[in-house]
Amino acid sequence: MPVKVLIPVPLQRLTKGQETVDGSAGTVITLIKDLDQKYSGLAERICEGDKVRRFVNIYVNEEDIRFMSNEETSVKDGDVVSIVPAIAGGC
Amino acid sequence: MSYVKGLKCRECGREYHVDPIYVCEFCFGPLEVVYDYDGIKKALTREVISSRPQNLWRYKELLPIEGEPSTALDTGYTPLVKADNLARHLGIKSLYIKDDTVAHPTLSFKDRVVAVALAKAKEFGFDTVACASTGNLAHSVSAHGARAGFKRFIFIPASLEKSKIIASLAYEPNLIAVDGNYDEVNRLCSEVANKYRWAFVNINIRPFYAEGSKSQGYEIIEQLGWKAPDAVVVPCASGSLMTKIWKSFKEMKDVGLIEKMETRVFSAQATGCSPIVSAIKSGIDVIRPVKPDTIAKSLAIGNPADGYYATQVIKESRGYGEDVSDEEIVEAIKLMAKTEGVFAETAGGVTLASAIKLIKSGRIAKDDVTVLCVTGNGLKTQEALIGKTAEPHYIKPKLSAFEEVLEKINTVKS
Repeated sequence: MPVKVLIPVPLQRLTKGQETVDGSAGTVITLIKDLDQKYSGLAERICEGDKVRRFVNIYVNEEDIRFMSNEETSVKDGDVVSIVPAIAGGC
Repeated sequence: MSYVKGLKCRECGREYHVDPIYVCEFCFGPLEVVYDYDGIKKALTREVISSRPQNLWRYKELLPIEGEPSTALDTGYTPLVKADNLARHLGIKSLYIKDDTVAHPTLSFKDRVVAVALAKAKEFGFDTVACASTGNLAHSVSAHGARAGFKRFIFIPASLEKSKIIASLAYEPNLIAVDGNYDEVNRLCSEVANKYRWAFVNINIRPFYAEGSKSQGYEIIEQLGWKAPDAVVVPCASGSLMTKIWKSFKEMKDVGLIEKMETRVFSAQATGCSPIVSAIKSGIDVIRPVKPDTIAKSLAIGNPADGYYATQVIKESRGYGEDVSDEEIVEAIKLMAKTEGVFAETAGGVTLASAIKLIKSGRIAKDDVTVLCVTGNGLKTQEALIGKTAEPHYIKPKLSAFEEVLEKINTVKS
């Protein structure tokens, strides 16, 4: 079972409308670079170089990667990765 | 006529048409409404504003709607309370409370943002409105949405105070209580928003919604007699309100409604969830997300979307930030209530307690005209005070029993 990646609406144009795509195990950053091979342009939307952009939140199995090892957080087959733009709330 | 020119990415500057979109397709930066300020400058004068009804639409040229708001939901123009008793207590000269505890109809500043969001949702032709909320937004979308005839889906963390849940249910929305914290609710909502074509006020309507907060800033300046304060203390969850208040002050100057604006902006957070204040205190603009642990649930956002911009406001305005413990929050709620008769929710306690620290440390000077933004009503978070208030005097229905108690009270006082 590959890594399942949930794609937010603003990026679905790049994935031809697919809401979820399959990725390969490794780290968050290798996963993104790998997806970019198939869905060209994806990596530069999410990352600046090897760093995830300030307004992008990435969760591996519902945990924010900033509470783990950021871009180096490992992902294995069967994991679910969500890419979520930042949202306002509260005050 | 509208003075909105379009939407623009705050990060990379790419421009977009006015649509229910919220992030830049290229860099995920947040989109911001752009106005024709030259046009507004010609159309909007103090006289024009003063001649209009006392609600937030009196500043409609500076809000992102087309013409008149179709939902006809008025809110805003809450009192600016001159807090002399509290000022005396704190040893400063001129203190005001911007009292959104009495915002119409749901007793928090969220009525401002929701009024704008739903007016915009109507313009876009949506029939369903939705939100992720820590409570106040849930009430406001439930109420405004009911009156404006929308279907409503409200997502909240299941751990919210009971009183807040009931206050939403009264308006009979579809209330979805999620087993998770606010950040998790938010993440779920962005997935729901992907799938269903609804007006999510704090997701795809966010650029318009957030602009509603500016009305609080316009009112502060108008109610101070068309003057900007020296200091303003604003509670921060995502940081959105603070950035919008700063924007509103700058706009008032840019369109010529005031001549001078040298306000310093101060951020208030609970120590149990202070990613913005931590960044301010360490002098960096990288926000490290935290797992919230505070009684100030309406501020418990560990991953603040506008945190970076909040730190920029502090830098630009030469302000600062403070964070306070749960005990300090409770004491401040009680202090505001017993000195000024304003019963604020926990976020208001955070604001006052932080202001007290800022005054003590000299960041806010004794002769600064200072405004505290108090954003929600204490009746909504009564749980926070259980066991922490004075006790009632229980008596039998007899005059002698009363007089016995009266004597005790007078003895204690004297």
